[in-house]
Amino acid sequence: MYSQKVMENFANPKNVGVIEDADGIGTVGNPTCGDIMKMYLKIENDVITDAKFQTFGCAAAIASSSMATQMIKGKTIDEALTITNRQVIEALEGLPPKKIHCSVLAEEAIKLAIEDYRSKKKT
Amino acid sequence: MRRVYLDHAATTGVDRDVLEKMTPYFSDTFGNPNSLHSFGREAEKAVTSSRDAIAKLLGCKPNELYFTSGGTEADNWAIKGIYTAYKNKGNHIITTKIEHKAVLASCQRLQKDGAEITYLDVDKYGTVDLEQLKNSITDKTILVSVITANNEVGTIQPIAEIGRICKERGVLFHTDAVQAIGAVDIDVKRDNIDLLSLSAHKVYGPKGIGALYIRNGVKCDRYISGGSQERGMRAGTTNVPLIVGMAAAFEKAVLNSEENNKKLIRLRDELIQRIEAGIPNSYLNGHRINRLPNNVNFCFEFVEGESLLLMLDMQGIAVSSGSACTSGSLEPSHVLSAMGVPPEIAQSATRFTFGRENTMEDIDYVVECLKKNLMTLRAMSPLFKQEKGDAKHV
Repeated sequence: MYSQKVMENFANPKNVGVIEDADGIGTVGNPTCGDIMKMYLKIENDVITDAKFQTFGCAAAIASSSMATQMIKGKTIDEALTITNRQVIEALEGLPPKKIHCSVLAEEAIKLAIEDYRSKKKT
Repeated sequence: MRRVYLDHAATTGVDRDVLEKMTPYFSDTFGNPNSLHSFGREAEKAVTSSRDAIAKLLGCKPNELYFTSGGTEADNWAIKGIYTAYKNKGNHIITTKIEHKAVLASCQRLQKDGAEITYLDVDKYGTVDLEQLKNSITDKTILVSVITANNEVGTIQPIAEIGRICKERGVLFHTDAVQAIGAVDIDVKRDNIDLLSLSAHKVYGPKGIGALYIRNGVKCDRYISGGSQERGMRAGTTNVPLIVGMAAAFEKAVLNSEENNKKLIRLRDELIQRIEAGIPNSYLNGHRINRLPNNVNFCFEFVEGESLLLMLDMQGIAVSSGSACTSGSLEPSHVLSAMGVPPEIAQSATRFTFGRENTMEDIDYVVECLKKNLMTLRAMSPLFKQEKGDAKHV
């Protein structure tokens, strides 16, 4: 049911953990429907220098988090904002139809974390 | 890699002795039991003796048994067949919130045709409320359908009492005994059961065969139209090898039940004890005593069931999950919801069902892997950090 790439990212997820002094944090989902994704970003001069995640969810949610954090590391925040759930799915070599929402959570978590960074920067 | 199969409630492999008894009926004794010639008669003899054997185990007459393609068909037939036959008498059916999908979906289908369905509540252990059952029966009630033992959490229902209540009130009683055969002592006459569904593949018989018991005197509409098989009630060429296999599997399961169940209960209780003692924030689902001998079902807070299932699978352990992700719906298990388990905890439900080949060493390995995986998944979970040490009870 899952691609090799999803299973790799589930079995050995990259960037699991917390960034204590994160510049932006994005939390999406809720435990009732079975998925919560929390993304932490370290940002210097509008470039994402580090990204970590904590996820409560299925294999697709964990793999999407792992892939999304890998995709945004080293990117400017404007570049990171252009990343879509489709790109996460492609990078994972596909997701089953009923798991598409997991990739949407990853896209939303990135956007929320950057939004959080920008709102903190203003104040 | 070590492989441990703990999903016997999903299905079992065909027992070698059972397979041996089935084998001649594929290519050697292949006749159609409906044929008058010797080839047909030989096949018919095998079907008759299989029917006699199953009837003896259930305490019914052979002509009260009808072979089906499995438990799902038997459930569909019982619910829809009774409704069609009795809808002029009344349109009310009582069932429970924890039935197998085959019963629930059949009832939902009948609602579209004008049936009124009452779905009985269960308590936190998954046991049906008998008072609510008594209060729900009206003069429009034609059928009560309660699963003998739940397939997810293993809770065994007070079937004999339900049978007595139904008899007193003059309504028919159907029970889905697919998970219960061999595990629960069933006698359809003693327990006042009017209809009962069975399946072979949960007890080391072949897949694709089951049976519906319909008490003589109960009108049940024919299910599949066509030839005269199963006394005109369920047409289609008789599946001789699978019927022979089902009878052999049931005999082995029921006649050795005491010994089998003793062994299973030892394994079951050991796993429950080891999880409760060694894994914090784990909650047993279902009744502690009135429970299928092979069933263990736990929620492990802060993790999601599918992730745990897949991690165990990578270590060669096969279990089942009640999480929404696995079932393909957005809702977690309807059984746990009915028992009042909060959805975020129900997402972590994991079912371990033992079988004849499992050993105490399997439990050592499973507990070791469980601990490791739960540590990994909990460390990854944003919920765990927030609520660490806050041991909420379900």
